[in-house]
Amino acid sequence: MARGLLPQPIATLPWRALLPLALLTGFGAAVLYSAAGGSLYPYAAPHLMRFGLFVLLAIAISYAPADLVRWAVYPVYGAVCLMLVLVEALGHISGGSQRWLTLGPLVLQPSELMKPTIVLVLANFYNTLPAGMVANWRSLVPPAVLIGVPMVLVLLQPDLGTALAITFAGAVVMFLAGLPLKWFLGAGAAGALAAPLAYFFVLHDYQRARVTTFLNPESDALGTGYHITQSQIAIGSGGILGKGFGNGSQSHLNYLPEAHTDFVFATMAEEWGLLGGLFVLLVFGVVLRWGLGVARRAPDRFSRLLAGGMTATIFFYAAVNMMMVMGLAPVVGIPLPFLSYGGSSMMTNMICVGTLMMVDRWSRKASTPGLL
Amino acid sequence: MAKLTTSTLRQSFDRRTFVIGAVQGGVGLLLAARMGYIAVAENEKYEMESESNRVNLTLIPPRRGWILDRKGAPLASNRADFRVDIIPVRLKDPPREVAALGELLALKPDQLADLNTKIADAARFQAVPVADGLDYDQFAAISVRLPELPGVVPQRGYSRYYPTGPAVGHLLGYVGAANKEEYDKERIPLLVTPGFKLGKDGLEKEYEQVLRGEPGARRTEVTASGRIVRDLDTREDVQGQSIQLTIDGQLQDFAARRIGLQSAAVVVIDCHTGGILTMTSMPCFDPNTFANGIGRIEWKMLNEDDHIPLLNKAVRGLYPPGSTVKPMASLALQLQGVSPEEHVNCPGGYQLGNRFFRCDAVHGSLDMRGAIEHSCNTYFWSMVHRVGYENVAPVARKLGLGQEFDLPGVNQRYGTVPDPEWKKRRYKQEWTAADGLNAAIGQGYVLVSPLQLAVMTSRIASGRDLVPSLMFGHPKPPGPALPFTPEQLAVTRDGMFRVVNGSGTGAGSRLQVPGVTMSGKTGTAQVRKLLSRGGGGAWKTRDHSWFICFAPSEAPRYAMAVVVEHGGFGASAAAPIAKDVMTCLFDPAKAWSALLEMEKTWGGTPAERMAAKYSAYAAQYGAAVPKAASDAAVQAAMTQSEGGETPPLTNGVVTNVESGEAKAAASGGGQPSDEPRAPSTGPAERGDRR
Repeated sequence: MARGLLPQPIATLPWRALLPLALLTGFGAAVLYSAAGGSLYPYAAPHLMRFGLFVLLAIAISYAPADLVRWAVYPVYGAVCLMLVLVEALGHISGGSQRWLTLGPLVLQPSELMKPTIVLVLANFYNTLPAGMVANWRSLVPPAVLIGVPMVLVLLQPDLGTALAITFAGAVVMFLAGLPLKWFLGAGAAGALAAPLAYFFVLHDYQRARVTTFLNPESDALGTGYHITQSQIAIGSGGILGKGFGNGSQSHLNYLPEAHTDFVFATMAEEWGLLGGLFVLLVFGVVLRWGLGVARRAPDRFSRLLAGGMTATIFFYAAVNMMMVMGLAPVVGIPLPFLSYGGSSMMTNMICVGTLMMVDRWSRKASTPGLL
Repeated sequence: MAKLTTSTLRQSFDRRTFVIGAVQGGVGLLLAARMGYIAVAENEKYEMESESNRVNLTLIPPRRGWILDRKGAPLASNRADFRVDIIPVRLKDPPREVAALGELLALKPDQLADLNTKIADAARFQAVPVADGLDYDQFAAISVRLPELPGVVPQRGYSRYYPTGPAVGHLLGYVGAANKEEYDKERIPLLVTPGFKLGKDGLEKEYEQVLRGEPGARRTEVTASGRIVRDLDTREDVQGQSIQLTIDGQLQDFAARRIGLQSAAVVVIDCHTGGILTMTSMPCFDPNTFANGIGRIEWKMLNEDDHIPLLNKAVRGLYPPGSTVKPMASLALQLQGVSPEEHVNCPGGYQLGNRFFRCDAVHGSLDMRGAIEHSCNTYFWSMVHRVGYENVAPVARKLGLGQEFDLPGVNQRYGTVPDPEWKKRRYKQEWTAADGLNAAIGQGYVLVSPLQLAVMTSRIASGRDLVPSLMFGHPKPPGPALPFTPEQLAVTRDGMFRVVNGSGTGAGSRLQVPGVTMSGKTGTAQVRKLLSRGGGGAWKTRDHSWFICFAPSEAPRYAMAVVVEHGGFGASAAAPIAKDVMTCLFDPAKAWSALLEMEKTWGGTPAERMAAKYSAYAAQYGAAVPKAASDAAVQAAMTQSEGGETPPLTNGVVTNVESGEAKAAASGGGQPSDEPRAPSTGPAERGDRR
């Protein structure tokens, strides 16, 4: 970077991450422009504006001092849990399931906020846990409670995708915290056993239908299998170079459901082909690699776990969404970060990015003491 | 595992970060590989599916082949129109959409009720016709509102048109949207294409494959919800082939309209070829209105009509022929060696054993010609008694009675020509002399259709074994030569000439066409046992009125049979119709002007009268009428409805009334009440083959 030409605060921004993200979001805006039939509204322009807004938010987060963050861990966790309870309560009052809280002009989805928060709280927990206690099974209880409470609240909404995301982020932090490998293998085995039981006794009908459909999309090609079938048609018909900008018939003629949100990758792949898809994968690869690099360079255990968990959260979004649209995972309502239209997921992901930038700043401060 | 310390945790973190990075990279590679597989290896398959999503192939129902009369005039054609159909499975909100359609098309409550029934009854793939013959404004109004009416399909196309409507209903049948059974039988997309109609009855059904044609196709780009974005290309349809009938359209129309308010059938046969010029049964349904499905009011109207519009009386109505069999009997007698010059004295009846069979009048001494002319029962009783009815029955069959003819799309019943063997088989009883006497004058067990009597007349008139045909240019070759000598035929024809032109029973029906004379024979067939005779009394108890005739007398060209149900005397109801129809063949202008005068007193043409009746019904019942029957029920009604009083009860009655005076001949002991005889029987027993 041309450090000399730019003012210090701008030059020190992690351009290795921000630039690809800006490119990806711009690309997303182009896809949304096409999905709206060649119009900036209603998707493309707000998408870009939100990105700009959340970049500022991320930069603001990146300036947070470590002490403040550590101090704020439990209050933040408590506040988000409270919001989840509030959502649940409001849902009961209004007589229907609800995921949003309206605070003045802001529409907040607390379950989204919970994803980075769970990383934060677990990173802090394992940071304060004495090293000798890590492998002790009794030390599993607090993180189980920390993960369990929001997970149950989210499942009540019901939002299986977010609950899985929270669990995944938590598990990754615990994995990085050095918990014995056999616990994860054991949990994996237990999960494999529990999955059929959950399928029959826990899942809602529509969730069960999604799993059935995933296992055999042709079983109901016009019903629940419709999404996956149409999404694969969109991706497959795009070929290597795509049908060309603005020429995607699957999205323009409404065959592709949720063409601007959960299935935006299919919309993109239809018009931009395999090349567009590889570009998206590449950008995520660059960003995630940067994230893991930040985690490795991080000055202390807390920031390491924090950065690793945040990276995992972004990864979970992108991987599950793309696996879903390509028919490798059941349809769960998880959007693709920076491409899908929608404020909540953009905010979550930018909080993750902001946190990574913050850890990056801490590590640079630690490695060059006295410079700033 | 070694005890965990801060530094081992740090090392483990680095290792595990690497693992996570590797997993992430692995997932990335997996995604790239998966996408490459879908987009490259399976690209062709998905491109095709994407195209089949995008492009909608709409079939254009082919224009149906015309049905032409012998002169090339259309009996059934197509007219361009705007129409609306509904595909029930695509409806999002049926009640709202039907209501919106009802408003746009100004449908009446009964029509809306019909529409809802049809939607409810339709199989999910089936297109339900809503309306046709729309004007452009209505069509445009619906087209504009299509986005809020998913499943509603407006289109411009062609609909079947029968210019003479009811006159050809029974003959041609009608068309309608395919039902589930038809689709199961022939599983092609055309059958469920909105606007496509197939033949449901008569010739329309028989010649379905010839008339159908090849559908066209239109490729359009459509959205997932079915909205058309733009037309891509279009292939024109190929119209079905025409078929040409022996029918004379003008004459068919005339005969149907001349029947007027009666319940009657007219069959006219060309004595040169056997071609059927006219075959009509009135009243009849209007095939034009049947095409969109039968409405509930129309169905109620048809079912409540005691004239039984759904029955094709020309081929499925069976009646005792009465005296119209006497010309046939005279030929049979001559074959048995009875001299036409032999005289029989008619003292007003005939004594058989201890019973007295009463004739209509005291005719005095008559020879064969005179007996036909005056329709003297005594002559035929005594002569048939002499030769035996078992020798008459074969001649009756040879002349066409009791026979079924090979006519496309014409579902016939063949009636009864009784003989001893038949009675034994049917009733397990011995044939009696009285049975023979009854049969000799066309009563008792004898049952014939108007078509059979027309064939009989054509065979007597031509002296050839003519076989009736319907397809123009494809006459049926006549059968083996008839066993009658020209002299024998001349006697019979002479008798029939005198019926009309002498002092006979049909004298009032002499043709008023210069240079053309008609020969004929009246018939009056009893319905009930002497409840009332001839013209008086309740309609259903009156006798059936017959008239058979041919013209010109000296070189017969046309033969005809007319039956008027409960018309009373043959001379008073059937003969005038026959005379006017015959006039129409020789002097159409004269016949038509007379008919138009008559129609003024009847309330207009059949179509106009039906329309008036429909309005009255609609005003009276509205949508409260129960729903109309399914296709199957309509078919059942057409093939099985025989009419409550047709054929008539013939319980032990042998008297035959012919002249104007009706003598209440019921002089108790004088009436030959026969051995107990099973009363009139159901359709199957009457020899219904279908």
